[in-house]
Amino acid sequence: MELFGIPMSALLGQLLLGLVNGSFYAMLSLGLAVIFGLLNVINFAHGALYMMGAFLAWMGLNYFGINYWVMLIVAPILVGLFGIIIEKTMLQWLYRLDHLYGLLLTFGITLMLEGIFRSFYGVSGQPFSVPSQLSGATDLGFMILPNYRAWVVFASIVVCLMTWFVIEKTRLGAYLRAGTENPKMVEAFGINVPLMVTLTYGFGVALAGFAGVLAAPVLQVSPLMGSNLIIVVFAVVVIGGMGSILGSILTGLGLGVIEGLTKVFYPELSATVVFIIMAIVLLIRPAGLFGREK
Amino acid sequence: MTKALEIKHLQAWYGESHILHDVNFSVEQGEVVTLLGRNGAGRTTTLRAILGLTGRREGSVKINGVEAITMATHRIAHLGIGYCPEERAIFSSLSAEENLMLPPTLKPGGMSVEQIYDMFPNLSERRHSQGTRLSGGEQQMLAVARILRTGAKLLLLDEISEGLAPVIVQALARMILSLKSQGYTIVMVEQNFRFAAPLADRFYVMEHGQIVEQFAAAELASKTAVLNELLGV
Repeated sequence: MELFGIPMSALLGQLLLGLVNGSFYAMLSLGLAVIFGLLNVINFAHGALYMMGAFLAWMGLNYFGINYWVMLIVAPILVGLFGIIIEKTMLQWLYRLDHLYGLLLTFGITLMLEGIFRSFYGVSGQPFSVPSQLSGATDLGFMILPNYRAWVVFASIVVCLMTWFVIEKTRLGAYLRAGTENPKMVEAFGINVPLMVTLTYGFGVALAGFAGVLAAPVLQVSPLMGSNLIIVVFAVVVIGGMGSILGSILTGLGLGVIEGLTKVFYPELSATVVFIIMAIVLLIRPAGLFGREK
Repeated sequence: MTKALEIKHLQAWYGESHILHDVNFSVEQGEVVTLLGRNGAGRTTTLRAILGLTGRREGSVKINGVEAITMATHRIAHLGIGYCPEERAIFSSLSAEENLMLPPTLKPGGMSVEQIYDMFPNLSERRHSQGTRLSGGEQQMLAVARILRTGAKLLLLDEISEGLAPVIVQALARMILSLKSQGYTIVMVEQNFRFAAPLADRFYVMEHGQIVEQFAAAELASKTAVLNELLGV
């Protein structure tokens, strides 16, 4: 069976690949959106922290024999704690300054982290096996579905929806949303906003760490794996609307699919399609598809 | 009895600008006190300095006998203070009810949501509307209502009658009297002297970041000339 002269299996295969990439985009842009919303910081270190999550999973397995499932919990926690240290020691001094200072600091942190990992492990990727429970593939009749890729899409959608639920539907989320608008007033109500900011940064980067662990068996674990992704993720955040939670999730998944389909229909454009969409969105809706005009 | 609020030699700055210069006043438990003064006299800054919302501040701010000058803002709130700012600070990303439920409980004895909806029926009808879609009067009611839920017994109300229709202002006046009868301590900043005059037990007049005059409600008639000079009323 063919569609526009393309075999259906190839089309569905690219669609799945797009969804997998979209899952990473969604999780990373969600973390960026949460951090930007409350801290007003453009966290350039997000890609490096995603890489750190993947490396922690690899190190856990190779140095300590800790399996994938344990590291799926432990690595994001460690990355989150590392993020808390970054926030408490460096970022917190920059909130009153222009966005550019936060961007420069986190860019510097990115270079340092990548440099450290590169000096120990080089730039060639480290292999990471798919956990035995998720190895192999399932024949759906119309396509062969690799189990691990299905898991990546499922896990990221669950994490994104849980994050969305907490932020949009709970008291804690109301604190976060209100803190995004007027942190001083929220503090005047008796809420410890500085602590909330620290934990939000920790949570945002833990999401990046979680995405890194999920990515480890799909991609090679390499010091540069984050920098390859982060520019696209920034474009996703801009298209979705800076600070928009739902925008980040839907745009991340949607753009992953569009990118995948572009690989089928016009491969030459696949590396730039996201940026073309970003340019069009900025011209039509400068605040992004789901962002609010200020 | 411990004073609800006791301020001594309070000085406050916004960046390099020195706004409050040695402010001294106190408020007894259950009292309603009004800070009067022209725009820029330092009344709003005084309320903000009590909560630590200004930049640097010096002096002494005692709330129910507890020194708060070095405390973080969120800790000061937990001493039992509810703050209603001049700009109302209704959050656009929250519904009216989410705005109402936002402040955490500070002390036991706050109003229940049902009591608040009885007091402000409009808020009940519009509970699911986006906070900033409410009318000016409804937003003002919401801004006051949300601090009544917290159990705070010392209320700092900044220009709550500003820009509102007379009928809403009258409703707010009735609310202040009701709160006063329930033992709330209230510090109001007011430009609307007609609104504040029948409500307050005592008045402080501010000018250039200092208290320049104070008198009790009973002395109001004899102070008309002074008020005319200081406030231009």
